[in-house]
Amino acid sequence: MPLLKNNQFVNDEWTKVSDTDALPEGAKIIVTSTRLIQDWDLLAKYTGLLGVSLANNERAEILTPYLSQLSLIVLSFPAYTDGRAYSQAKDLRLDGYRGELRAEGNLLLDQFQFMHQVGFDSFEVNERFALQQWQAASKQMSLAYQRGLYRTSGEREVWSQRHQGFAPWEEQPHAG
Amino acid sequence: MYRYDEFDHQFVSERTAQFRDQANRRMSGELTEDEFRPLRLMNGLYLQLHAYMLRVAIPYGTLSGKQMRQLAYIADKYDRGYGHFTTRQNIQYNWIKLEETADILQALSDVEMHAIQTSGNCIRNVTTDHWAGAAADELLDPRPIGELIRQWSSLHPEFSFLPRKFKFAITGAPHDRAAVKVHDIGLRAHKNDKGETGWEVMVGGGQGRTPMIAVTVRDFLPEKEVIPYMEAIMRVYNLFGRRDNKYKARIKILVHELGAEKFKAEVEAEYAKHPAQTTEVEQRELTRIEKYFAQPSFEKMSRFAPHFENAKRENVDFARWAKNNLATHQVDGYTIVNISLKPEGGIPGDATGEQMRVMATLAERYSFDEMRVSHAQNIVLPHVKLEDTFAIWQVLKANDLAAANYGLIGDIIACPGLDYCALATARSIPIAQAISRKFADVKKQEEYGPVKLNISGCINACGHHHVGHIGILGLDKKGEEFYQITLGGSSSENASIGTILGPGFAAHEVPDAIETILNTYVKLREPGEEFLGAYRRLGPKPFKEALYAAA
Amino acid sequence: MSDVEKGQVMTANRLRDGDAVFLTRAGIWSEKIDDAALVQEPQATAALEARAAEDVKTNHITGQYLIDAERIDGKIRAALTRERIRTLGPSVRTDLGKQATGTAGAFAAVEA
Ligand code: SF4
Repeated sequence: MPLLKNNQFVNDEWTKVSDTDALPEGAKIIVTSTRLIQDWDLLAKYTGLLGVSLANNERAEILTPYLSQLSLIVLSFPAYTDGRAYSQAKDLRLDGYRGELRAEGNLLLDQFQFMHQVGFDSFEVNERFALQQWQAASKQMSLAYQRGLYRTSGEREVWSQRHQGFAPWEEQPHAG
Repeated sequence: MYRYDEFDHQFVSERTAQFRDQANRRMSGELTEDEFRPLRLMNGLYLQLHAYMLRVAIPYGTLSGKQMRQLAYIADKYDRGYGHFTTRQNIQYNWIKLEETADILQALSDVEMHAIQTSGNCIRNVTTDHWAGAAADELLDPRPIGELIRQWSSLHPEFSFLPRKFKFAITGAPHDRAAVKVHDIGLRAHKNDKGETGWEVMVGGGQGRTPMIAVTVRDFLPEKEVIPYMEAIMRVYNLFGRRDNKYKARIKILVHELGAEKFKAEVEAEYAKHPAQTTEVEQRELTRIEKYFAQPSFEKMSRFAPHFENAKRENVDFARWAKNNLATHQVDGYTIVNISLKPEGGIPGDATGEQMRVMATLAERYSFDEMRVSHAQNIVLPHVKLEDTFAIWQVLKANDLAAANYGLIGDIIACPGLDYCALATARSIPIAQAISRKFADVKKQEEYGPVKLNISGCINACGHHHVGHIGILGLDKKGEEFYQITLGGSSSENASIGTILGPGFAAHEVPDAIETILNTYVKLREPGEEFLGAYRRLGPKPFKEALYAAA
Repeated sequence: MSDVEKGQVMTANRLRDGDAVFLTRAGIWSEKIDDAALVQEPQATAALEARAAEDVKTNHITGQYLIDAERIDGKIRAALTRERIRTLGPSVRTDLGKQATGTAGAFAAVEA
C-alpha cells in the first residue's frame, strides 16, 4: 500500500511489530497500544523511533502519558463510514500530540480533506487512485466553517475570516 | 432573515460542484454505488420506490418568497409539479433524476438554499419553533443560534460519519412547538436573574424503534459556550455511540446504556479539554447573525382591527378559519397565519408549484417576505396585519389552501409511507385521507378540540406517531397492511410517548376506530378538558374498552 | 380457469433516473413488469442474477433484487404490495408514475 505524505507518495520506513515479535534494534517500529503499555519499561529505552497503533474502539487518553515519546500514531478506518478515528485524531491533537498521525484502512477520496482537517498528516492509501486524485481531493473545498482545523490544504476558516484578529485557537497550531 | 455573504455563497457553490463531480464519477462507474451512497445521502439524495428523492433543507423552517418561488420552479421543471413538506421542516421532491440533481442543487444555491446533510449519518437540518420571531410567548428568537449551528455543522470534518443520523431542535419559547425533547439534542432558551440568556441542553430524545424523552445535561449553558459544548457532546457520541447495530446507534441508546450521569460526566470531561475561554469568534459570529433576524419594522397599531371584526361577522367561513388558523403575535395588530396543507382528503404536506407561488406572493405582500414551514407540515405567514387576513384568506380559498382545521383532527401529520418510501411497511397517506374525509366537517372537528393525529408508515416514525395525541403506525402482517394505534403521546414541553392500545386494525377499520376514541373522550371529558388532558387523567382503559368491546 | 404461473422477477432501479425496471428474457431492462422474465428454476434465477450483476458493473442499474410474482393470463403481478406500488406508481396519485404512462403492471395494487 502506498504511503502518502505531504501530498507525495513516499517510502514507508516504519515496521509493524506484533505483540510477540522481538524488537528490531534502532528501527522505526509500530507496536500496538497494548504492547506499548505492557512493555513500557523496555520500550521507554528503545533505541529507534517509536510508533503505536490505536484500535478504533480504544480511548485516545490511554496514550496521554506516552505522547511526548511517540513519533507516530496510527489510527484506522475499518470502513470509511466508521468515523471514530476522526474524533480520536482530534482528541490526540487537543492533547498536544505533535508527531505524525497516520490514517489506515478504507480511505476514499471524498473523505480525504476531512482527515487533514482533524489532524492526520500521513495516509496509507490503496492503489486504486492516482496521486493527482489524492492531491485534488485534499482541497475539494476551499472553505470550512469550523475553527481550529488542523488544516494542511490551504482552505480558509470562514468564521476566522469574518472576524479577523480575534482569538485564534492557540491550542491547535496549524500544521501547514 | 439570514442572507448569505460571499463565504456562504462560495461554500454552497463549491459543494454543488463537488456533488456534480461525484454524480458524474458515479455515472461513469468510477464510484461504486456503495461508495456513492453516503455521498449522495449527504446531499439529500435518496433512491426510493419510483425514482430518486431529493430532500432540500429549509434551515430552521424559514424561507422567503423568492426561495419559495424557486422551490416551485424546481417542482415544475425537475419534478411532477409538486413537493412534500416534511416533519423536519424540509421539502422533498419525489421524481428526481440523478443526472439532473446537480442542476437542481445549482438552482437552490442561486437562492441561498441547499440539500447539504438532509440525510446520512451526520448532523441534519436544524429545526425550530415555526412561530420563531413572532410568537407572543417567545423569550428569544431561536433562529440565530440555529444558523450558527447550521454553519458549524456543515461538512464538519469530525462529525460527518457518526454512528447514525443526528437531529437538533431549538425552542426560544416556554411552550415547546419544536418537539425538542424528542430530538438527539434539544435546546431551550432560559433567562437568568441577570437577564442573560442561556440554553438548557437536552440530549438523547428520539422516536423511531425506541422512543425516548431527552434528559437535561445542562440547565443553563451560556450562549457563547454553545458551539464548544456541542462539540464535546458530539465527540463523546462519535467515539462511544454503538456501531454494531443500526437500531442501537442513536445517541439516545448511548445515554440510556451509560446512564444520564455517566454520560454527562463523559461530556464534561471532554468539554474540560476544550479551550472554551476562546469563544470570542463564536460570540461575534452569533452577534453578526442576530442582526439578520432583527424584528421587521412593524407599524404601531391598535389591537382592535375593525375590518377584521367586520369580515368575521359577515362571513362564517372566514370567521371559522380565523378562529382556528390565526395565532397571537408579539405585536398588537399583527397575527400569525397558519396555512393548513391539509385540505379535506388531501395529501398532508403536499403543495403544488402553483400553490407555492401563491404563498410566496402572499408572504411578499403581507408578511415581510417571510414564511415558515412547520413540523406539522403546514406553512406559516409569521407577520401579518389582522386587517389583511381577509384578503389573504380569499386568495388561499381560491387556491385550495384555506382549510380551517389548524391544530384540529383534520390537521394530520403523515409521512409519505409505502406510496413513495422504500423503507415503508404500509401506506400512510390513504389513511390520512380517509380520516380527513370522515371528519370533513370542521364544526365537528372543533367539538373535539385540539387533537394531534400523527401517522407513520414504518417504525422509523418520520410521521411522529409516538408523540401524536393519537398515533398510527402502519405495519405489515404477512403481506397485509395493518395499523397500530397509540394514545397519549405529546411533543410539547410535557412530552410523552404514546401507549399502544391493543391489536392493530385493517386500513378500512381505522377511521371508525378513531371516531370511537374521540367519542369516548367526548363522553368522559370534564368541562373544558382537552383530549390529551382527558387521556392523561383517564388512562388507556376506557378507550381500550370502547375500541375492543365489539370484538 | 385462468392460467397462473408463479415465479420470480429481477428488478432494479435505473441508475440515471431511478425508475423501477425489470429484466426481460432478452436481457434488457424494461419499465414494464409485464415484459419481465418470470423464472422458477435455480439456473434461470442465477442467469438473471448474473445479468443484473453485469449491468451493475456497466452502471446501467443499481439496487437489483428478485421479487416474487405470478403470471396470470400473460400479465405479471408482483406478490408484495410494495412491489405492486413500484410497478404502478403511488396509489394516492394515479395520475403519476407507470400507471399514468402506460407502463404499469396489469393489476391494481390495492384499493386506496
Ligand atoms: S416513517 Fe417509515 S415509511 Fe414513513 S417516511 Fe419514514 S421511513 Fe418512510
